[in-house]
Amino acid sequence: MNTQTGQLDDKVTDQYPDEKGHFGIYGGSFIAETLMDPVRELQAEYEKYRLDNEFIAEFEWELKNFVGRPNPLYHAKRWSDELGGAQIYLKREDLNHTGAHKINNTVGQALLARRMGKKRIIAETGAGQHGVATATVCARFGMECIVYMGAEDIQRQAPNVFRMKLLGATVVPVESGSRTLKDALNEAMRDWVGNVDDTFYIIGTAAGPHPYPTMVRDFNSVIGKEIRDQSMEHTGRLPDAVIACVGGGSNAIGAFHPFLDDAEVALYGVEAGGDGIETGRHAAPLTAGKPGVLHGNRTYLMEDDAGQIIETHSVSAGLDYPGVGPEHSWLKDIGRVQYDVATDAEALDATHKLCRLEGIIPALESAHALAYAIKLAPTWSKDKNIVVNLSGRGDKDINTLATLEGMTL
Amino acid sequence: MSELKTRRLTTVFQAAAKGEGGRRKLIIPFITAGDPDLATSLDLMHTLVKAGADVIELGIPFSDPMADGPVIQAANERALEKGASLAQIIDLVAQFRQTNKKTPVVLMGYMNPVETMGYETFAQSAGAAGVDGVLTVDLPPEEASDLVTAAHAANLDSIFLLSPTSPDSRIAEVCKHVGGYVYYVSLKGVTGAANLDTDDVARRVSNIKSLSNIPVAVGFGITDASSAVAVASAADAIVVGSALVKLVAQHGSEPETLHNSIYKLLNSMRVALDEHYPA
Repeated sequence: MNTQTGQLDDKVTDQYPDEKGHFGIYGGSFIAETLMDPVRELQAEYEKYRLDNEFIAEFEWELKNFVGRPNPLYHAKRWSDELGGAQIYLKREDLNHTGAHKINNTVGQALLARRMGKKRIIAETGAGQHGVATATVCARFGMECIVYMGAEDIQRQAPNVFRMKLLGATVVPVESGSRTLKDALNEAMRDWVGNVDDTFYIIGTAAGPHPYPTMVRDFNSVIGKEIRDQSMEHTGRLPDAVIACVGGGSNAIGAFHPFLDDAEVALYGVEAGGDGIETGRHAAPLTAGKPGVLHGNRTYLMEDDAGQIIETHSVSAGLDYPGVGPEHSWLKDIGRVQYDVATDAEALDATHKLCRLEGIIPALESAHALAYAIKLAPTWSKDKNIVVNLSGRGDKDINTLATLEGMTL
Repeated sequence: MSELKTRRLTTVFQAAAKGEGGRRKLIIPFITAGDPDLATSLDLMHTLVKAGADVIELGIPFSDPMADGPVIQAANERALEKGASLAQIIDLVAQFRQTNKKTPVVLMGYMNPVETMGYETFAQSAGAAGVDGVLTVDLPPEEASDLVTAAHAANLDSIFLLSPTSPDSRIAEVCKHVGGYVYYVSLKGVTGAANLDTDDVARRVSNIKSLSNIPVAVGFGITDASSAVAVASAADAIVVGSALVKLVAQHGSEPETLHNSIYKLLNSMRVALDEHYPA
């Protein structure tokens, strides 16, 4: 991509990742030796099945019949009218089974685990959405499920902890470090190192050692593919912009990837601005971090001057992560995607807007993308179309919202 | 460019191979630098040498030590609470070198602090301070070429890991990139795990030695003199980490007890190894 003209020199999607999972200088496999062989096995198996028609058909069957896809692309007309500019369409990932996009990936990885003969599944979770989605597919396919979750997050997300237990999963509290998502990921890696023979690690975001960033992207790309088809159906053309929130970045990369070669479609990734970038209390590595190595890949990170990972802050637990998928780092550097932030306050404001104007309670994560639409739409004319990926529903957040309003449920 | 001097790691492993100084098997203790503070780490390094250490591995604390069990995780947290940084740890080695020119020191840790400092700055300042080798556990040789180049230019050995899951083809490949010694992780698990199978270790270490001439150090799960002796049968060196770090956690605020207990444990391994494997 030529960043001056916005023209694509070559197809972006043909250029990466390389065979070792590098997106430019990002990605790769930065893992301990014990995991090298299992990761290579996974690379080989994924490479085999991603082009296997039977596997693809099985995946698509599950998406249709178990997840409930395709979900609608919905014209948020009242909200668009109020903003007075571009038309806003919502991609309704919140209507998937389990209430978020996370299930797309867990279905895909569980099917792969089954093909590889692995019966024990481990996962990490922050807000609990990926944990619930993993527990769900494990119940569906009859697999043992162990979910690592920071002790801090277990306190904050009690309903999701109970959901996982209902679904038969074992939830293991993680007491190390900051006792949040990154520490849960560390602990899941430790479990994997100790149980490589029978265990499949379902990583919940488009990060980790190769092939995870590519695999998680591919399983979530159904989002962008459906947006393409549905946009053609509704408007007769591709959207002018797609907006998605970025924590680890799995919903965003799934929504963006099918559009990377369409230079006329602007892509916006919205990170968690927390209390504001200037306060340092945020979770925006692409906006305010620098490249480093964590959790198996090189990518933008929130770190101090000595290279220690620092704690993040966001009202949304699902964006509260100091790293980001390596493909996003690369897309930032080449200028194909614009990354910006929405603060906690802006996300909360957007949440209330969507509730009152469209009758949809969005997840606080997705509300960051909505908040960006509030800024962008009024600056564009009414004949432009903006798709916002509504990555999840907000039922899980009602305790957080009530607390902010001084209420106890 | 000046001619590179013989590296200290090479010297100690060659001496052991000949049984010089009455030692056949080497002991490599690991402590986390800066736990409970840098001054104590410096004193501990000298105590380790007195107790019979041949090489010292100094852990660089990291906020997210993914390959470590609870004991070393806690040590990392204690060191970081006191603000220990990679730059200070390199300086710690320079202080150690004021009185000890002989014992090789290897820095062991995770990539990000090294990446943040910059490979060349790291390698040059570590080399100048008297560091002998570097081992970053989340850096397989496939991703390591830039750091290896910088390390070699500063006369540092790059040490890599092998594990029970490393196939033969990979063992040979990894050993090609190794300087000093290769570190064989004795079990599938994190540091401090307790499921050590010494027969399996002996078999796998013999296999590594059939594929390469590089000395083999074995670590993970060695807690006392008897496990040290058992693991050392096929290996050139044993690494003991969590068992020592546990003592730092217990006695960090009582210097005399700390030094005595560390000395006692490490020296019991030294005596047992020298008895079982006479020069």
